[in-house]
Amino acid sequence: MNLTLKIWRQKNANDKGGLVDYKVTDVSPDMSFLEMLDVLNEDLINKNEEPVAFDHDCREGICGMCSLYINGEAHGPDRGITTCQLHMRMFKDGDTIYIEPFRAAAFPVIKDLVVDRSAFDRIQHAGGFISVNTSGNTIDANAIPVNKHDADKAFDAATCIGCGACVASCKNSSAMLFVSAKVSQFALLPQGKIEATDRVLNMVKQMDEEGFGNCTNTGACEVECPKGISLENIARMNREYLKASLKG
Amino acid sequence: MSGILNSSIGRKFAMALSAFFLMIFLLQHFAINSLSVFSADAFNEVSHFMGTNWLIQFVMQPILMFGVVFHFVMGFVLEIRNRKARHISYAKNNGAANSTWMSRNMIYSGLFILIFLIIHFLDFWFPEINTKYIQGDMSGLLADGEGYRYFEELQHKFEPVWRVALYCVGFVFLALHLLHGFNSAFQSVGANNKYTKGLKGFGKAYAILIPLGFIVIALVHHFNH
Repeated sequence: MNLTLKIWRQKNANDKGGLVDYKVTDVSPDMSFLEMLDVLNEDLINKNEEPVAFDHDCREGICGMCSLYINGEAHGPDRGITTCQLHMRMFKDGDTIYIEPFRAAAFPVIKDLVVDRSAFDRIQHAGGFISVNTSGNTIDANAIPVNKHDADKAFDAATCIGCGACVASCKNSSAMLFVSAKVSQFALLPQGKIEATDRVLNMVKQMDEEGFGNCTNTGACEVECPKGISLENIARMNREYLKASLKG
Repeated sequence: MSGILNSSIGRKFAMALSAFFLMIFLLQHFAINSLSVFSADAFNEVSHFMGTNWLIQFVMQPILMFGVVFHFVMGFVLEIRNRKARHISYAKNNGAANSTWMSRNMIYSGLFILIFLIIHFLDFWFPEINTKYIQGDMSGLLADGEGYRYFEELQHKFEPVWRVALYCVGFVFLALHLLHGFNSAFQSVGANNKYTKGLKGFGKAYAILIPLGFIVIALVHHFNH
């Protein structure tokens, strides 16, 4: 396959940046999207040009580091995958592919396609934890009975890898799907009840302070989420937040 | 409880509550307008009651005004905040791949509804306020004193083609707004459960049938006059 790539190049956080055209030839349809970028970078290095900076780590769809916005969609045109799981067979010979960083004021570009997603870390720090006795009397989590239905829902929410595709896909750059998954995974379990009130209030407060937009329920986040995190979690977080606000 | 309206979820909740109120009002408005198709007398009687009852005029009407203004102002405030949350737009964005046109363009359908509402107020509400509270005529009677004026005024208003066309377009935008707004309001107040699927169907029916009903009423009066 021969392709034209329109890639966002930006020297650093202060640079204006812009799209630059590249031609890649003899791309195998069995390559992953990141492997195709590796080939491009090898070619650029051989030509003494600056390679394209992009985030990646596990390349197994687990870490959530690869953060590319490909042809107008987070992680590209396929569903339920991260960019490393996107294969070139999803494209046709002669295609022009737009590759941009995840866009949000709360996700500033560091370089090229690499964005700073530490806003998610700060939201986690604000309440994404539980208190556990670690002084020698630690109770095994399995010793506490949990309703199967709740356990399943909590597990589904816990599969969120914090990649930020929800923010990138949302027309409002809202982080509600991510925050709601983190709130839900604890709200549904007995271990999470102790800090339930403070957790949702603090995490939502931090989310707002980071400059993410307001959710308008378009559902784009759910469609583009590589882990299929459901909008049910946002509804649950809304309930938890209102309950906590009335208490507090 | 303090500061709930300063949070993103609090604003969503307030937006949804005002939407519920307006959707209930719309249903009531439609029910009364429907009467005009079946019985001029019944329409006149109910219109006179609504236009002269103090509870409706001085309690419900101000609440309605507040609800309308709040919904629009909050809608614009949220839109401005949301636009600030992304400084640089995507060079290529395929919104249609993951969301409906209606959900992505609530601000535009809302803007058209606002324009329609201003015209609607100029057509019906301001003349009504003028007759009752400026000229002081609370009788609701025609100039010749032969019966109530409401039905006659309604038919007269729907005589020009341009106004009927404008109303039809206004209600199409209302339908587009409701197609996303109805279920979005339930999601915002945290109602996403086993009833959601059924509610989505009901929401679609509401969003299409109520505006369509208003269009039919306007057309009936235009062609019957």
